[in-house]
Amino acid sequence: MTTTTEAPAAAPEPQVRDRADVRRQVRLVITFAVVLAALVAFALLIEDPKFTYLLGEKRTAEFVPKDGNATYISWGAVAIAAAALVLAALDRFPRGWKGALLGVLVGLAFYAGFLMWAYTDQGEGGFQAFIANPIPGTIRIATPLVLGALAGCLCERAGVINIAIEAQFLSGAFFASVFSSVAYSSLVFIPVGLCAAFGLLGGVVAGVLIAAMLGWFALRYHVNQVVLGVVLVAFATGLTSFLLGQIPSEHKETLNDPQVLEKIEIPVLADIPVVGDALFNQTLLVYLMYASVALVSFLLFQTRWGLRVRAVGEHPKAADTVGIKVDRVRWQAVLLGGVFAGLGGAYYTVGSTGAFDREVSAGTGFIALAAVIMGRWHPVGATFAAVFFGFMWNLQNQLSFVQPVPGELLGAAPYLATIIAVAGFVGRVRPPAADGEPYVKG
Amino acid sequence: MSETPNGPAGPAGPGNPGTPPPAGDQGQGTTTQGGVPAGKKEAGRDRDLASWLPTVVDSIAAVVLALVVGAVLIMFSTPRVVESLSYFFSYPWDFFKFSGEAIWDGYRALISGSVGSGTAWTRTLERAAPLICAGLGVSLAFRAGMFNIGAQGQILLGALVGGFIGFHYDLPAGIHLLAALAGALVAGGLWGAIAGVLKARTGAHEVITTIMLNYVGRFTMLYFLGKEALQRPDSDNLLSPPVDDSAAYPTIGGVHLGVLLAVVAALFVWWLLERSTLGFEMRAVGANPDAARTAGMSVARVYVLAMTLAGVLAGLAATMTVLGRQDSLTDQVAGTVGFDAITVALLGRTTPLGTVLAGLLFGALSAGGLSMQGAAGVPPELTQVLQALIVLFVAAPALVRGIFRLRGQGRKADVMATGW
Repeated sequence: MTTTTEAPAAAPEPQVRDRADVRRQVRLVITFAVVLAALVAFALLIEDPKFTYLLGEKRTAEFVPKDGNATYISWGAVAIAAAALVLAALDRFPRGWKGALLGVLVGLAFYAGFLMWAYTDQGEGGFQAFIANPIPGTIRIATPLVLGALAGCLCERAGVINIAIEAQFLSGAFFASVFSSVAYSSLVFIPVGLCAAFGLLGGVVAGVLIAAMLGWFALRYHVNQVVLGVVLVAFATGLTSFLLGQIPSEHKETLNDPQVLEKIEIPVLADIPVVGDALFNQTLLVYLMYASVALVSFLLFQTRWGLRVRAVGEHPKAADTVGIKVDRVRWQAVLLGGVFAGLGGAYYTVGSTGAFDREVSAGTGFIALAAVIMGRWHPVGATFAAVFFGFMWNLQNQLSFVQPVPGELLGAAPYLATIIAVAGFVGRVRPPAADGEPYVKG
Repeated sequence: MSETPNGPAGPAGPGNPGTPPPAGDQGQGTTTQGGVPAGKKEAGRDRDLASWLPTVVDSIAAVVLALVVGAVLIMFSTPRVVESLSYFFSYPWDFFKFSGEAIWDGYRALISGSVGSGTAWTRTLERAAPLICAGLGVSLAFRAGMFNIGAQGQILLGALVGGFIGFHYDLPAGIHLLAALAGALVAGGLWGAIAGVLKARTGAHEVITTIMLNYVGRFTMLYFLGKEALQRPDSDNLLSPPVDDSAAYPTIGGVHLGVLLAVVAALFVWWLLERSTLGFEMRAVGANPDAARTAGMSVARVYVLAMTLAGVLAGLAATMTVLGRQDSLTDQVAGTVGFDAITVALLGRTTPLGTVLAGLLFGALSAGGLSMQGAAGVPPELTQVLQALIVLFVAAPALVRGIFRLRGQGRKADVMATGW
């Protein structure tokens, strides 16, 4: 540290700054200025600073809405944004993880200021909307996205483009529903409580089957992987709709009326205030999601196998030269990815609403794909991207009860936020070097 | 193709090992001068003349194979056939008879509904036209090295503006049509340009931005549908009036003018890609953006122009439903055209001619699928499965050759665009 601070003193000539560096500063200043202006406007627009909040997601015996004063929160948010603006204007805005942290803090300040504006001044009488805890909804929405994004990371780190996450979601959802329904209605040896978990197994099987198709055509026949992914999505969409249409209505109970996963409360952790109930009173699938993030990160970056996966994705020829079986490692990564994506698909039936419906995943597989890219092909980054999207989506759901924002703008908000995040802060990304290239020996 | 940008593609001299496959000239990012790795792979095939025949054979074989799988699905979607399975061992003939009848009825309806009569041809062409236009847009972006998933949103915006001009203003017949057409093209183009500008200026990945813009486009459509000016007076749904007759495409020889425009668009894209400077730059950027930049091309400009043109073509696709069929605007006005267009473009190996043929095939399957459903009770999803299987098998010639025991070297799997 001392050497860097002394260096300008020794060399008095003005520092020459990189153009990219200047551009970064300008971008930060503009961003924070806009945030600050918006926050000041929000704070000034509040007339009656009373708002109601709830630490849980729904009003229960445990969670009762409480009143708060918006004034401190709104002006506190303004102060944070102003501080960030000053730092950026003086070119003292930190880099690396500190900068990221500060950026997140400004984002949260904006979120808080916006919420204050949206939830105050609701007028007397009638339905009073309250600010509910955003974490449970965020986790719920993010669960399939995270699992799908992990699948994408595994495949693409190994050099196989996986656009077929949506296909894995759809088939996973369908077969999870079928497995769970069959287990409940016909397989008497499975206890009722485990029928939904048995559905997860169905999701995994289906996800792996689609992954096997992906691997078979991509690795054995060298089919262009972008084409393949798009085609598999069309195939799975058609096939699941077709199969759904083939289930006669009199057999609906036995084939498409699954048991839904129950919430499991983890004893001690669930008692943590605010976040405990949100994070640790969830279904088995959510816990599997937590574990999967850790597992995939560990596998990819701490194990020999993960090193091999990354090697065949970056430079298959070099990997082959040192004796790694390129296609075998790719097969393993693709199939393992299928496990996670299939679990993610199971969310849409046994993990949430129950019966399978046409295109039940509604294109979220593509959003998981976007999360992979936004997270720079890193499992943790992709997880954050997916959680960010889940957060925005959940916010949109919650705000639909409040007046000031038009519904269509609200609906588009998660997607607009993603565009802004990608264009403004993520920027150019570098995929694994051999992503999408079939490896031909010799 | 990249090494002979101006030469005729056909009669390249024999023994020119560097000539890449006719359509697969997307180039791998790693090749320095197209065909360095391909040279070894294709040493066995030294004549261009013979190169198209296996492609055609493969494609037909792929379609046949997909139809065989489809036949199995038809069998199991027919209740009579499924019932006959229960007494298969005591009376197997029923199973074969009923299956045969079901498959025969289904495929006969497919053919008669798509090419069997004048009206069938009309329906096929009018369904193919939007697929061709949007598919050309996807192809064009692909050739410039971008994966445009955003045709859906571009179509929606084109339909919104084109349709609005079509029913809201009162203009003389010809001018009204031109104004609506221009509005649709400009709106689609601008929507496409957003993704191009974002990629060029900030490096934001076009896959992300186009996916998100599809959703934003849908909500934009919903927002405007909620406005008074776009509400159909006699309806409570979010539905606009259809465009005036003065803004609709006139009918020429049984089909509306849009079908002709689709053909013109294909010719234009061919000219652009193969004969113009901009097209050459697009292909160069698509093959290797770093090399293109070194050669003095503006990669950013190419990205923006390619995405804009892709959007314009998607806007043209939007006019097929709004000005051609005179559909009302809803948030479903684009159907699944935007996504099918990706499949069409990829089946056509991102060439204009290929896209037209693929669009015709998909249009025929879609038109025939309807009559299959009506006449033979085959579920409509079967069409989608068939389309997917055809593309899959066309993309995996080695598999199809293995199944049909076709001899000969055959075509290698295309390497159109590797990586992102």
